[in-house]
Amino acid sequence: MSILEGVLIKNGLLTAFALIGVTMLVSYWASEKLTRGRLHGSAVAILFGLLMAVLAGGKNGVADIPMLSGVGLMGGAMLRDFAIVATAFGVRREEFVKSGVIGMASLFLGLFVSFFAGGAVAFAFGYRDPVSITTIGAGAATYIVGPVTGGALGASGEVIALSIAAGLVKAIAVMIATPFLAKLIGLNNPRAAMIFGGLMGTNSGVMAGLAATDPKLVPYGAMTATFYTGLGCLLGPSVMFMIARALF
Amino acid sequence: MVSMPIYGSALLSLCLLTGLTVGRLIGALLGVDADIGGVGIAMILLILGCDASQRRGLMKAPTESGIVFWGQMYVPIVVAMAASQNVRGALSGGVMAALAGLSGVGICFVLAAVLARKGRKEETDS
Repeated sequence: MSILEGVLIKNGLLTAFALIGVTMLVSYWASEKLTRGRLHGSAVAILFGLLMAVLAGGKNGVADIPMLSGVGLMGGAMLRDFAIVATAFGVRREEFVKSGVIGMASLFLGLFVSFFAGGAVAFAFGYRDPVSITTIGAGAATYIVGPVTGGALGASGEVIALSIAAGLVKAIAVMIATPFLAKLIGLNNPRAAMIFGGLMGTNSGVMAGLAATDPKLVPYGAMTATFYTGLGCLLGPSVMFMIARALF
Repeated sequence: MVSMPIYGSALLSLCLLTGLTVGRLIGALLGVDADIGGVGIAMILLILGCDASQRRGLMKAPTESGIVFWGQMYVPIVVAMAASQNVRGALSGGVMAALAGLSGVGICFVLAAVLARKGRKEETDS
């Protein structure tokens, strides 16, 4: 047994390919047989992935288990960005140009809405200082914008942890809710995907949510979402903090 | 010249590395330690790069397959990403963190519906 374990740990990325391959197989089978294709196979697979992460319980989900550390590499930023750029192969250039302006506008709209909604919740829960309110608002943007903003403003560790948790809740909510709400919000064309990516912004949430809805939409949503976290880190400690300071 | 999948993967890598560098540079110029649009820039570079090589007849099937393969690996990679999320961390933040995260998502879903529909109506009108 320890020999097998050694092999699996040493060849972590291959272990990940095997595990995720089986997960995909089971998910697509379940999608077809149990939901009659109503819930897309990729949506089922992502739900399985999240469930595995809950059961493993670590900070990095299943990747904290030595035998499954390769899942962290496979699902890490390097290969994720590599695959997402590859999805742009064969997309029509005109689509990006045509919806570029509204896509970028939705980016700013999405950031402001998240900051204000998150800040309002913080206020409702009794936070009154602009630093904490801005940091929790930033967390409602993404779980990277939160700690970056909090760090720049000197927020307390507890508030920064809350901002990360808020961002994680957002990412997971977008992953799960998108395939269910896609039809209702008209998310079935490149233009809508670019607007969606800009409004939601949370990279992992948008990418997984669109993959579970229609993989063809992924490059469009990713195109706008990729600017969100960076812009959030830029606006959080500056514009958003100034607004919060003026209000409180 | 013989066409090989590695040429496609190499082109893809160059686009991403360039995009991430430019994204970081934009971040540094604006004074933040973050990547601004790196992946988006890489996607534009890839689209332009493929256009250019197609016009010169350099983009043959084996080269293409070195890009297409990674695009098709996208969903499994996202599943691996989901499996490495800090889901417990999200659950441990309590009611306030959950509400802070969800309130924005809810409003943005509504806005997405409004904006997506508005645009489509304009398109059919014109």
